[in-house]
Amino acid sequence: MSTPPPPSAAPQQQPPVLAGPGAGYASPIPVRRAHLGDALASEWTKIRTVRSTMWTLGVMILLMLGIGFAAAAAVSASDAEPPSGSDLLSLGFFGVLLGSICVITLGVLTIASEYGTGMIRTTMTACSSRNRVLAAKAIVFFGLVFVLTTLMAALVAVIQSAMVDSAGSPSGSAWFKATVGVGLFVALLGLLGLAVGTLVRHSAGAITIMIGLVLLPLVLALFMFASSLHSVRQALLEYSIPSQLIVLYGNSLGGGSGPTGWEPLWIVGGATVVALGAAFFTLNQRDV
Amino acid sequence: MIEAVGLTKRYGAKTAVYNLSFQVRPGTVTGFLGPNGSGKSTTMRMILGLDQPSAGHVTIGGYPYNKLPNAPRQVGALLDAKAMHGGRAARNHLLCLAQLAGIPARRVDEVLGVVGLQDVAKKRSKGFSLGMGQRLGIAAALLGDPQVLLFDEPVNGLDPEGILWVRNLMKSLAAEGRTVFVSSHLMSEMALTAEHLIVIGRGQLMADMSVQEFIARNSADFARVRVPDGPDAGGAAREKLTAALTEAGGQVLPEQDGALRVTGLPLPRISDLAHGADVRLWELSPHQASLEEAYMRMTQGAVDYRSTTDQRAGLQQPLPPGAVPPAQMPVPGQGQSGWYAPPPPQPHQPGQPMQQVQQVQQVQQGHNPYAAPQQPPAGPAPTTAPAPAPAPTMDKDAR
Repeated sequence: MSTPPPPSAAPQQQPPVLAGPGAGYASPIPVRRAHLGDALASEWTKIRTVRSTMWTLGVMILLMLGIGFAAAAAVSASDAEPPSGSDLLSLGFFGVLLGSICVITLGVLTIASEYGTGMIRTTMTACSSRNRVLAAKAIVFFGLVFVLTTLMAALVAVIQSAMVDSAGSPSGSAWFKATVGVGLFVALLGLLGLAVGTLVRHSAGAITIMIGLVLLPLVLALFMFASSLHSVRQALLEYSIPSQLIVLYGNSLGGGSGPTGWEPLWIVGGATVVALGAAFFTLNQRDV
Repeated sequence: MIEAVGLTKRYGAKTAVYNLSFQVRPGTVTGFLGPNGSGKSTTMRMILGLDQPSAGHVTIGGYPYNKLPNAPRQVGALLDAKAMHGGRAARNHLLCLAQLAGIPARRVDEVLGVVGLQDVAKKRSKGFSLGMGQRLGIAAALLGDPQVLLFDEPVNGLDPEGILWVRNLMKSLAAEGRTVFVSSHLMSEMALTAEHLIVIGRGQLMADMSVQEFIARNSADFARVRVPDGPDAGGAAREKLTAALTEAGGQVLPEQDGALRVTGLPLPRISDLAHGADVRLWELSPHQASLEEAYMRMTQGAVDYRSTTDQRAGLQQPLPPGAVPPAQMPVPGQGQSGWYAPPPPQPHQPGQPMQQVQQVQQVQQGHNPYAAPQQPPAGPAPTTAPAPAPAPTMDKDAR
């Protein structure tokens, strides 16, 4: 760095370098075009270097393990007749339901914290393709949560089946649905949170919306005693997020007329795709 | 090379930037000046494609930012010192930006060294002071070793050593042939850093010229003259001298402490006239209005947020009968306008002496003779097409 010239209002006479073609500064660092892979690496760095990731995912792991243990211990200690194979798997349900709230929080924070801190402007300056940034966020988040939730669901199910004597072992497809299916379901729910976070651009607001979306329909349904509301209550019982999650465990809250099998994934997946589409659209339309 | 053509940005009924056209050339530091809320940051965001202009366009090297190939390798920007996730360590913040732009990771440690943050690279930026945040933001701007650099208020919160460092950094970056565009509301800082100035007020261009030209156009040299101000002689001597100087074609303005500001006459001539009028002088000194003064005078009519004198009216004890309330000494820049250098003498001004008297009277009444003629306080009407020209428009040489 050169020594500072004496402070004076009159700068030294220096003919300005005119901008001819090829004039100006050229960096010695090799230039290469950035692509989605770079954005994925960047988002992976981002998601692993903030404490909110550790906190939300750590709490999710604790909830799934803790509630899974407690449920298994309670069932094995009771005198009731041993549960059937599919009922055995559904012991993990409550842990996953509460854990999904942590995942939703992380999904919202993945994008909304950038808006909250102003980091989004720095990010969008470093990558002028907004689609690439959002796609990378979605892929990294979805991948991380899907792998983690599936592994945890499987671990909890193995622990529970070792602790509880059951009247028969669950089928392979039931196992698959209760691990990979549940992992997909929770990850899609988190992705929906990410999309809502992009639309709302405010952490607390988006988290509130998402938690309301997950829990409120079922709570409302529990208090709809009037017979005129029966059909609404039935629909809420069948299509609320907890009801759909329990379908993946082979049970039903609504008496069996709601979604069955893998249908909950298609429903939540459809909602996520729509919300994510809206998120991509508004991200490109709005000022950052 | 940054080129803006007719750049306009409206937020609802408020027009933040109106019909802004300018060029920022490589090889020099270009200062971007304006009062708070004049649209500097909005303009910077439009240059970077973060905000979409309502009308007009802005290009960097001929491309809009979003179409620029390898944009982060060509343009680096510091928009806001705190535009980062506070929970992320400094090095990780730079690392994720480098990865996003496809820049090798070892460059991160280089720029950390350039801004002097190696020792806190592992610390979370939440605990950083504003100055450290600025340094980290500058590091992010330098990551891509870009040809075009934008800095929004880079010296805010820096200590004197840091300010000197930023100043030299800007100059050395420009000397390498880069385009350096620095916004500030501190004219004094720009006078030391920039060679070219773009001044906006209320979102409209007020000046686009070199620093020297800006001074020459907006601040005349003046002489300060002081006459003996005894209880008997003072007033009479001053009036006599004022009359003599005005008659000879000079412009005279009283200063607050009793001295006179004289423009349009060389110092020896003032001395001769005083001698002829039989007035003794206690002071006769040459002065040049600073860039700060020129800038303040130019943007005076375009300041959005102006403070008023704190009256404390509701809280004061009632004065005892007969007591005289203490005189409020006017403080420059507080609720009081005017006292900037006189404008350069205009060659074609008929009836100068008359106008001069009026001006003096106005000054004594506390009005500012140089304030822009009462503009409507709101910016340009958002729908009407032709802009009302801002009073002190100096963009005649806008290229």
